[in-house]
Amino acid sequence: MSFPWANEYKPSNAFTRYLDERLPLPRFVYNAVGAGYPVPRNLNYFWNFGVLAGVALMVQIVTGIVLAMHYAAEGTIAFASVEHIMRDVNAGWFIRYAHANGASMFFIVVYTHIFRGLFYGSYKPPREMVWHLGLVIFLLMMATAFMGYVLPWGQMSFWGAKVITGLFGAIPLVGEPIQTWLLGGFAPDNAALNRFFSLHYLLPFVILGVIILHIWALHIPGSSNPTGVEVKSEQDTVPFHPYYTAKDGVGVAAFFLLFASLVFFAPNMLGHPDNYIPANPMSTPAHIVPEWYFWPFYAILRAFTVDFFFIPAKLLGVLAMFASILLLFFLPWLDTSAVRSGHYRPLFRKFFWFGLVPCVIILAWCGGAPAEEPYVIISQIASAYYFAHFLIILPIIARVETPKPLPNSITEAVLANHAGTKLQPAE
Amino acid sequence: MIRIGAFLVGLFFAGWLVVSAVMGAFAFVSEPPAKTAEKVFHKYPKDVDFSFNGPLGKYDRAQLQRGLQVFREVCAACHSLHYVSFRDFAQLGYSEGQVKTIAQEWPAETPSINPDTGEATTRKPIPTDKIPAPYANDVAARAANNNAIPPDLSLMTKARHDGSAYVYSLLTGYQNPPAELAKKFPEAMPGKTTHYNPYFANLNLAMAAPLHTDGQVTYGEGAPKPTVNQMAKDVAAFLTWTAEPKLEQRKRAGTAAVIFLLVFLGLCIGAYKNIWADKKAQA
Repeated sequence: MSFPWANEYKPSNAFTRYLDERLPLPRFVYNAVGAGYPVPRNLNYFWNFGVLAGVALMVQIVTGIVLAMHYAAEGTIAFASVEHIMRDVNAGWFIRYAHANGASMFFIVVYTHIFRGLFYGSYKPPREMVWHLGLVIFLLMMATAFMGYVLPWGQMSFWGAKVITGLFGAIPLVGEPIQTWLLGGFAPDNAALNRFFSLHYLLPFVILGVIILHIWALHIPGSSNPTGVEVKSEQDTVPFHPYYTAKDGVGVAAFFLLFASLVFFAPNMLGHPDNYIPANPMSTPAHIVPEWYFWPFYAILRAFTVDFFFIPAKLLGVLAMFASILLLFFLPWLDTSAVRSGHYRPLFRKFFWFGLVPCVIILAWCGGAPAEEPYVIISQIASAYYFAHFLIILPIIARVETPKPLPNSITEAVLANHAGTKLQPAE
Repeated sequence: MIRIGAFLVGLFFAGWLVVSAVMGAFAFVSEPPAKTAEKVFHKYPKDVDFSFNGPLGKYDRAQLQRGLQVFREVCAACHSLHYVSFRDFAQLGYSEGQVKTIAQEWPAETPSINPDTGEATTRKPIPTDKIPAPYANDVAARAANNNAIPPDLSLMTKARHDGSAYVYSLLTGYQNPPAELAKKFPEAMPGKTTHYNPYFANLNLAMAAPLHTDGQVTYGEGAPKPTVNQMAKDVAAFLTWTAEPKLEQRKRAGTAAVIFLLVFLGLCIGAYKNIWADKKAQA
């Protein structure tokens, strides 16, 4: 679907006319990310991050395929093969640092994208399916990143694999057989390394497939916008190309600037030094921590320290960690406010900026810290707020809050902004 | 229905976390966790000024060569350098002939087989060989070192926080255990085969101070005096190079990339303003 005023693709020469009648691929691209897709005219820079996530995935796929040409997924030589890439493969150091930091960039971009969605109510009807597919992509990304981190077969690779597969071991009765089945043994070894490599190569292409569904689902209602008011007329939109391709160009350039600064000047800043020690099943690192993008979830996992009657604390932690992501699937039904954008929701906005955002940052900080006081108590309080925010506070806000009056149209909001006579005090 | 279920789940998780936090806080107050010796005495690496620090930093070739000399004459007795080949030493400014000589004169030999009998033997290394390890295997390494394996040093400066400064601090950090340690943490005192060093994670390590006397290694002409401090700094620089041999290419490429991207960003901003000019003017 598209708006009735969308530009119509017109093949310009004999070849494109020929192609258009047989395989209308140019028409498809034109309607998806070209001049044929009308987009609200008031998108701010937070709307760049979807495109940036796509760019990050492409970087990961390209660098990953090259790495796989030189990497050996075998327990006794995996670590050495990575060092071979770093020392003897032409520009191998660049490819590997780009891939390792590319994962971090991917998560930075995707977290921003998710929080954009949370603030502007992008999960609300009619875009629930876009939100759900996005969460599926997020889960796939987490699995892919986790398995990728195992491949260099350093100390954190090995012990990370042991801890994370150990989560399944917490399931009552069947937990241990499941863990053994996942690993192909009683501890991470060659069998685990091989299957992780296989899946790490597969999942990005699954992600690519779900991204196509994500964009397809998005194009049915069209992009949301910072006012949360739906598009009403042609005046409210501009064609994606050239307006947003130009704006995304700025975002892409800024993205690569940050990316290059990391790769070339601080390539190991976001990694853990222990992963430059070869995996050693006989020596446990002092503090086992995952990569930074898992820290908030790791904090929730470790926040449960007390058994609840017959439920062991470890199982509670595992359940809570999975619940912390799965609850996001229910968001369209938890936040029932008819107003999408946080700009027009005074109470929601306060809880978002002073509750959720600091809470997640604190959780990340605790997740990277050793499991000792005061980090445990802080992460318990922050985790409690996290669950309360989504499951209790949001539904209540939706009931009690009086939203500010919405602009009549996107154009009206834009004009008000430009005239400086704010019709609606936005923000 | 969803909201009632969510409310109950939220109440359970949040409630139990608050209960756990209260219990934890109570335990923390009633029985504060004992301080460990590591918490009190462990030190972070000293601040060291290396030529390769900073976004435009470069290796000092002469320093790397001195570091190699210290490594060969002191460290190589026990530590391996698995991931480095002799040919890599050309990057330190040595000629092909010099690299060949370094390989020939290396204190350890490369495992090989006797071409006539097929029996295991060793031979003089050649430039394409990796640096041979001082011990044939881990068992031999343990047997010779009071059951402690001397770790491979190729990646040591990347395998520790602030690694270059860490290696320097460790090598210059040996000292007598403070009197307070004996008083408060007698169990953390060094044993017969361990040595006190506050820069080491658990304070006592199996390696005795390897650089102990000024002039232990004789530097060539024009080099600084081989004090313990100087030797430690040189070998730390050398081990930074073994861990990150592409550091200079990386920073050079990075400078070019960042300059290019700044120009690119400027052009993108220009294109964006240009394309949106009509829409902004309308407003």
